[in-house]
Amino acid sequence: MKLKTLTAMALVAAMGTTPAFADLVFPSLSYRTGPYAANGIPFADGYEDYFKLINARDGGIGGEAVKVIECETGYNTEKGVECYESTKGEGALVYQPLSTGITYQLIPKSAADGIPLHTMGYGRTSAANGKIFNTVFNYPANYWNGASAVVNHLLAENDGDIKGKTLALVYHNSAYGKEPIRTLEELSKKHGFKLDLLPVDHPGQEQKSQWLQIRRTKPDYVTMWGWGVMNATAIQEAANIRYPMENFIGVWWSGSENDVKPVGAKADGYKALNFHGVGDDFPIYDDLEKHVYSKGNATGAGDQKGTVLYNRGMYAAMLAVEAVKKAQEIHGVADITPQQMRDGMEALEITEATMKELGLPNFGPSFKVSCENHGGPGLASVNQWDAKAGKWNQISDYSETDMDVIGGLIDEDSSAYAKENSVAMRDCASSSMVAKMSREEIAAELKAINARIQELMKAAEAL
Amino acid sequence: MLYREVGDFKTTYRSDGQTFPIAFDRWRYYIVLLVAFCVVPFIINDYWTNAVLLPFLIYAIAAIGLNILTGYCGQVSLGTGGFMAVGAYSCYKLMTGFPDLNILFCVLLSGLITALVGMLFGLPSLRIKGFYLAVATLAAQFFLVWLFNKVAWFYNYSASGQINAPERTLLGYKITGAETSAPVTYLFCLVLVVFLAIIARNLTRGHLGRSWMAIRDMDIAAEIIGVNPLKAKLTAFGISSFYIGVAGALLFAVYLGAVEVGEVFGIQKSFLVLFMVIIGGLGSIFGSFAGAAFMVLLPVLLKNVLVGSLGWPTDIATHLEFAIVGLLIVVFLILEPHGLAQLWRIIKEKLRLWPFPH
Repeated sequence: MKLKTLTAMALVAAMGTTPAFADLVFPSLSYRTGPYAANGIPFADGYEDYFKLINARDGGIGGEAVKVIECETGYNTEKGVECYESTKGEGALVYQPLSTGITYQLIPKSAADGIPLHTMGYGRTSAANGKIFNTVFNYPANYWNGASAVVNHLLAENDGDIKGKTLALVYHNSAYGKEPIRTLEELSKKHGFKLDLLPVDHPGQEQKSQWLQIRRTKPDYVTMWGWGVMNATAIQEAANIRYPMENFIGVWWSGSENDVKPVGAKADGYKALNFHGVGDDFPIYDDLEKHVYSKGNATGAGDQKGTVLYNRGMYAAMLAVEAVKKAQEIHGVADITPQQMRDGMEALEITEATMKELGLPNFGPSFKVSCENHGGPGLASVNQWDAKAGKWNQISDYSETDMDVIGGLIDEDSSAYAKENSVAMRDCASSSMVAKMSREEIAAELKAINARIQELMKAAEAL
Repeated sequence: MLYREVGDFKTTYRSDGQTFPIAFDRWRYYIVLLVAFCVVPFIINDYWTNAVLLPFLIYAIAAIGLNILTGYCGQVSLGTGGFMAVGAYSCYKLMTGFPDLNILFCVLLSGLITALVGMLFGLPSLRIKGFYLAVATLAAQFFLVWLFNKVAWFYNYSASGQINAPERTLLGYKITGAETSAPVTYLFCLVLVVFLAIIARNLTRGHLGRSWMAIRDMDIAAEIIGVNPLKAKLTAFGISSFYIGVAGALLFAVYLGAVEVGEVFGIQKSFLVLFMVIIGGLGSIFGSFAGAAFMVLLPVLLKNVLVGSLGWPTDIATHLEFAIVGLLIVVFLILEPHGLAQLWRIIKEKLRLWPFPH
């Protein structure tokens, strides 16, 4: 056995060391196995397909080819660490682990290694405070925006008054599911509704008791922070107790086709939040068809196009590509480093014009990232599932969330983190000004400063 | 030829009773230690430490702990994950409650706290045995995970219920936190592993270990010849939990840095450590190391071979990995129920006689 272990170790050694710094590297920490695979697969497919499109259609970004390294995490934090360590040496530009648990682990590592982390609509919500979380981004929306969007939707439905109503939160009993609780508690104080908390343990296949409780207490509304197999189970259980689906609202991670389709016609009317468009009615799909699908290059089984999570994966990749373009523009080099990528993400600006140009008109909100705000505008829409047609319909516009409440909570939580880990707060005023300026502007500024110094020197001499 | 007692004369009782009575074995042991302490720290990088060596060392401690309880004392435990969680959460509370406390003491104190908790949950073992005890420890597993999820005091009322290891140093070197260097964390864990393994080895060779083994082999007979079952079982639970607690503390503070109890210390962790012990070999310290190496290294190796060099899709590779590891476990249990340690023992027996087997 000794010999076997030795050969094994030698093999690992041989495999573990293959650094290559040629391309722009995007690791895809995906999960195509385990209880969360149903949601992990479409996201990973969309993420990779977009990069394939960029390579095939544009020849990479700014002339640099894109390389995606996929690493299977199984939504498991230990495997996530292994994936991070094995890919960071390859020149990884940005990590998108699609797991709040893994995100928590990577936040300190990313700060130490200087590799940015983009947790789009998940992760640590207070990372939106860019003054403290230098390398972590969670634009365009975060969990607390989600929580507020649910409440706002209920307010809109009830003409602005939900006093005395009950809202039950069915959540994955993990960091992910616990994230919205604090915000919902604040909002329940503000709007006077009652909050019921119903945790569901990993992986979430056993929810009988929670739904029996819901049948007994009859909350007016149910909202869900679920993921993976938990989503479909919850919707099925809700259908079993004949809970009115239009009063059941999931966060954006509980609103994909894979969550509602197993329930069939009974899932009709189920609502879920979203922060981007649904369906495949976008010009970009023509490009994808031409450059990727028709060549047989689609990632995975190729059957996920147009699904909610496929679109989200694509959106994540699109935002990463735009950030690379921005970074290339700021630093004037094509082969950027992770630190330069971070600068690009911080200076990212997405307008409707860019979206249209990219073949994604009306796909997502326009927003701008800044040094202080890494969280974007936090706009969310509500979608409703039409079981007969088998598609999601967007039933509200991207609307504002309660930033008064959320902003305060973000400050509180991020300063607690800063205190616990002795992180110094960045001074955003000066650095963001420089980040916003082009090279010519900086040169002009320097000239002006120089002229002023000369002037002062002359004045001093005259004295 | 090399591996034999012949010509290796013992002139004192001390040398006769040492752990490695055969000179060649002894030298091999010294060389392994020398390489581990003086060569490995200079050649490892972040990947090697964080993906391979740290989990191996930490799980080796947990496996030694469970081996003391299950392998030496014969008390089946499915509560390993829960006890590791006790270690991790005590370490977190100590680290945040006493910021000036040395991390080494934090880890050892978490071990002690876990030992107390372990002894508490070991009390039923005085009445029940076998499967029934396994179920009682399973209850401990679920209770402890539930407790750490439910009582916010344990995670300092953080919004997410996650615990994060703040930065702590030892002699000026960073042991926990984000900016640790690979050799430092490795050496920290290695020192603890070697220290604990030597203690475990000597405990199991001494009076206490013999009383554990007597209880394991036949508790009634042991009681008749004067072994106190209360003392034997509770010390086994206590010492085993101390090791498991230290492993849990290290897993949280040094290896992962952030932990969520349900995901990291769930029932699958209990089974993982139990598999390590069974595959490595019940009642063997070497077996604990071999089992930990098998369960930690094999998946990484398979992943690197299948995805890294053969370029297979990650999902197929992962599914195949499950199948291969599962198959190997079954094969081992059928062909060598006493685990890797027994294979090692057979090899040693053969080597003694080599090249004249008859």
